[in-house]
Amino acid sequence: MSNVIEKKNQAMDEHGAAPNLREDHDRGLELLKYLIIGVIFGIVFVKAEIISWFRIQEMFRLQSFHMYGVIGSAVVTGMISVQLIKRLNIKTIHGEKILIPDKVFKKGQIIGGFIFGLGWAITGACPGPLFAQIGSGYTVVLVTLISALAGTWVYGKFADKLPN
Amino acid sequence: MEWITQPWPWYVAGPIIGLTVPALLILGNKTFGISSSLRHICAACIPAGIPFFTYNWKKEIWNLLFVLGTAIGGFIAMNFLANPDTIVISEATQADLAALGITDFTDLMPSDIFSWETVFSAKGLLFFVIGGFLVGFGTRYAGGCTSGHAIMGISSLQWPSLVATIFFMIGGFLMTHVLMGPLMKWVGF
Repeated sequence: MSNVIEKKNQAMDEHGAAPNLREDHDRGLELLKYLIIGVIFGIVFVKAEIISWFRIQEMFRLQSFHMYGVIGSAVVTGMISVQLIKRLNIKTIHGEKILIPDKVFKKGQIIGGFIFGLGWAITGACPGPLFAQIGSGYTVVLVTLISALAGTWVYGKFADKLPN
Repeated sequence: MEWITQPWPWYVAGPIIGLTVPALLILGNKTFGISSSLRHICAACIPAGIPFFTYNWKKEIWNLLFVLGTAIGGFIAMNFLANPDTIVISEATQADLAALGITDFTDLMPSDIFSWETVFSAKGLLFFVIGGFLVGFGTRYAGGCTSGHAIMGISSLQWPSLVATIFFMIGGFLMTHVLMGPLMKWVGF
């Protein structure tokens, strides 16, 4: 039984977190590169006011273009980059082929996506901005983060009983 | 140097965020996604024998360093690069939110909601506890959030991610336009 569940989770992971599917070359200090990218990301989140509860309200009320511009231009930049990586067969700095796991469609993208949307409008934050809000001094958002961890945990607990 | 302290426009912020996708791919063959960090924290702290949390989270430590960096970036931006002026919020949004009971429009976050005083009240229950739970539960159930689906997923032309993003927006619109008013009244605004 547990073997079955594990297999199922592994399938889910292929389009989710992808734990343990990759070779890992990063050791010790090399891991700091991810911290640095995170720092840049956090600075942009604050400087473009993406962490603002008000900006998310403006977005869902269609009263400002700002967030649509941010997400839209991020997607276009990402898309061009991925196409360049694929067409020019760009490798990682370790010379590996770049792998982008396929996302498999499941009902969770509809149900879970909808549930996340409800929460996004209440908290004014998706997971990234949560961390940036806490770092910028809105320490009360720690409560939101703990609740988000609880939500993640409850999902994991009942993952095999939910429609998928 | 004034541009640093002014709020950055979308056409600066969006492309930098988009470049996170190739940066993570090229530097370490990692796919961009932030909500996974919540799963890894669960796996590290309270796996409780649940198969979904039973994996070697240490191999995903890069993701935890990334979100730690995001928090540090927030600290740096707020303490050294902060905008000295009051935030400019669309007048229509201000009017809508004022009608719901929000009174403070001077900061990135309204102090009517985001203060420690509201934590142990119905307001705190709604905005932090319930809201946070929905974010954590929903993103994991959907297999990703704005970064993993909307940005990484759509960038790599994965239609399930487009579906997820559409439902993020539907949930957000429904909450904002239909449920938020009654809920805010209910918690005492």
